[in-house]
Amino acid sequence: MSLQVDEHGRLRHLLTIEGLPQALLSEILDTAESLSSVGESTIKKVPLLRGRTVMNLFFEASTRTRTTFELAAKRLSADVLNIQASSSSTTKGETLLDTLATLQAMQVDMFVVRHDASGAAHFFAQHATPGVAILNAGDGRHAHPTQALLDMFTIRRHRPDFGQLKVAIIGDILHSRVARSDIHALRILGAREIRVIGPRTLIPTGIEAMGAAPYHDLDAGLDDVDVVMLLRLQRERMSGYFLASPGEFHRLYGLTQARLDRLKPEALVMHPGPINRGVEIEGDVAYGPRSLILQQVEHGIAVRMAVMAMILGARGSTAAGLRDSAQGADA
Amino acid sequence: MNGSSLLICGARIIDPANGFDGEGFVSVREGRIESCGRLRPGGDFDQTLGAEGRWLMPGLIDLAGRLREPGQSGKGTLRSESRAALAGGITTLVLPPDTRPAIDSPAVLDWLRSRVAELGDFELLPLGALTRGLEGRVLAEMAALSAAGCVGVSQATAPLDDSLLMRRALEYAATLDLSVHIVPMSGALAGNGCAHEGAVATRLGLPAIPVAAETTAMAQWLALAETTGARLHFGRLSSARAATMLIQAQSAGLPVTADVAMHALWLSDADLEGFDPHCHVIPPLREADDREALRHAVASGAIGAICSDHQPHEGDAKTNPFPLTEPGISGLDTLLSLGLGLIDQGVIEPIDLVARLTSGPARILRRASGSLTPGARADFVLLDPQARWDVGPQTLLSRGRNTPFLGRSLRGRVLGTWFSGRRVFER
Repeated sequence: MSLQVDEHGRLRHLLTIEGLPQALLSEILDTAESLSSVGESTIKKVPLLRGRTVMNLFFEASTRTRTTFELAAKRLSADVLNIQASSSSTTKGETLLDTLATLQAMQVDMFVVRHDASGAAHFFAQHATPGVAILNAGDGRHAHPTQALLDMFTIRRHRPDFGQLKVAIIGDILHSRVARSDIHALRILGAREIRVIGPRTLIPTGIEAMGAAPYHDLDAGLDDVDVVMLLRLQRERMSGYFLASPGEFHRLYGLTQARLDRLKPEALVMHPGPINRGVEIEGDVAYGPRSLILQQVEHGIAVRMAVMAMILGARGSTAAGLRDSAQGADA
Repeated sequence: MNGSSLLICGARIIDPANGFDGEGFVSVREGRIESCGRLRPGGDFDQTLGAEGRWLMPGLIDLAGRLREPGQSGKGTLRSESRAALAGGITTLVLPPDTRPAIDSPAVLDWLRSRVAELGDFELLPLGALTRGLEGRVLAEMAALSAAGCVGVSQATAPLDDSLLMRRALEYAATLDLSVHIVPMSGALAGNGCAHEGAVATRLGLPAIPVAAETTAMAQWLALAETTGARLHFGRLSSARAATMLIQAQSAGLPVTADVAMHALWLSDADLEGFDPHCHVIPPLREADDREALRHAVASGAIGAICSDHQPHEGDAKTNPFPLTEPGISGLDTLLSLGLGLIDQGVIEPIDLVARLTSGPARILRRASGSLTPGARADFVLLDPQARWDVGPQTLLSRGRNTPFLGRSLRGRVLGTWFSGRRVFER
């Protein structure tokens, strides 16, 4: 049985996009759509998670991502705790399992977990007390499901027919949990073509088995695409084993105005942020009229609200039910 | 007792060293094999054992098994792990030098020898460290280690990427006529990898170890062996390409032997699904095609031995996200039964399987054991080949429960193990 979906097909945890039924993925996006209005109201709050406790348990520092989870939980009226844990808690003699057990004893309903080891979210889900939910906020290179969901949400708002889309993901695919989750999501939603573009040092072996075609030439890879998804290049990868220099990467794979001009006029430009100006993208392009980067940030709140609400707030309720709840609160 | 005599009647005797596979009689006197054959020997015996329907074979020789002492008795002890070995029919075990401290001085060997003498039920053959502390910087005192009883030298799984030091180590070992046991792995290419580089690791986002980590190291060691004349034994081969390189080197006349871990003949990287930490091993489980190539190389005899690569762990070592768990499988208890499973799958004939577990490793070690030849030390195993058992916490004798075969039903149960003519395990 799936670790993250119960016998009724409902989310128990959200660990990865891989294996989610298309209907469930669409339901999350529909729910996010209905909850997106909460942020536009005067009172930016609905009572869906009133009395529930959400803990952001981050073993990797990330103020930006943690804030979006925190805001999402608070807009659902949950009590929110933030724990910045050391990924080497064992240095104090405590195992991850000890950490989880201790925090579970505080009657937390959901842990939003970020950890630098692939599989960490699965580990927590396997060992969590029944009824305690795990939401993966990024585990190693493996998965970042809410980022993929907000990316799909953003694409869907502009180009709802995934079956027509050719999507290119550019940059460090090797180390990217975002890329992996996006590829799974795009495949589930039926994207026509998925390309990954980068130097051979940053494209992992066997990526084709995930359904993505590797390209090493940016111009060829961008030919006729509808969506361009850029990835943040980590500073430690910019020189040495993977790349000669940030400048050379920019020359080969950076999205410049000239390259943007060669894209289809309706092509979308996305980036999970924060951007490296002048590395994977020119600053002017990043916040130009065709960029959806700030929309992605905004949509991230609604998507995370939707996931939290579907797991915790209204087990068994439908997207329509949640929409009614949200609208009722707004009224 | 060593002085007693024993006659075992009616078992299917499988003694590949002598090319014998058939029903017959084995007699033992004074701790040595007296006779082995189809005809009942004459004379009186203190004890006679009827063994119709059973298999009788030489005691197994395991080319790599960690006992965790000295240094990590929380994972296993000489007592607990030797008991598991005997329950698995293993009477001789080669101990890699990565104990804590490493086996890089006679003092560690003296300690080991005294402890094993207390147990007295099996033969422990330690490998000495190739470099001091296995740190890959300075040659270990191989002559002293050899004189103190090491049967070879090894770097275990510790990285050694300095090609000049590799060359000097081979030259020095060759000077002392010591075989060099190498788990071929380029530390630089392996990096912090924990899974085979391929579609599965890519999808799971696991740091990966390419096949080239094994083959570049192998190529380097082979090139150096060619120029130094050292005897090389490659342990725990994991890939089809490595098997091909081994066969080519052997065809070219190089004195190169190899073994494979039993789990590498059963599992592949597909078993990593769900981040099962019990499948975290180094070298990593590779693809199904690699497993098939290894099976062929074992069946053909190019890979002359199958070992347990036993690495028992305490529960906490495997209770973590996959990349943070300690690599290794507890393999003593399951070695023989998994071997019988290979027979069931048509991978190997019974006599060849027994050869890879007895005479093959003996030949690699250049020892006279691993046979039922008259005059040989009476190390042998009697098993019920049809008995089934479930792998579980209650049935494993090793302190390490870290096996991906937990919950599986396996065929073949050791009924008795004899070491030097003494029955040292009985079920």
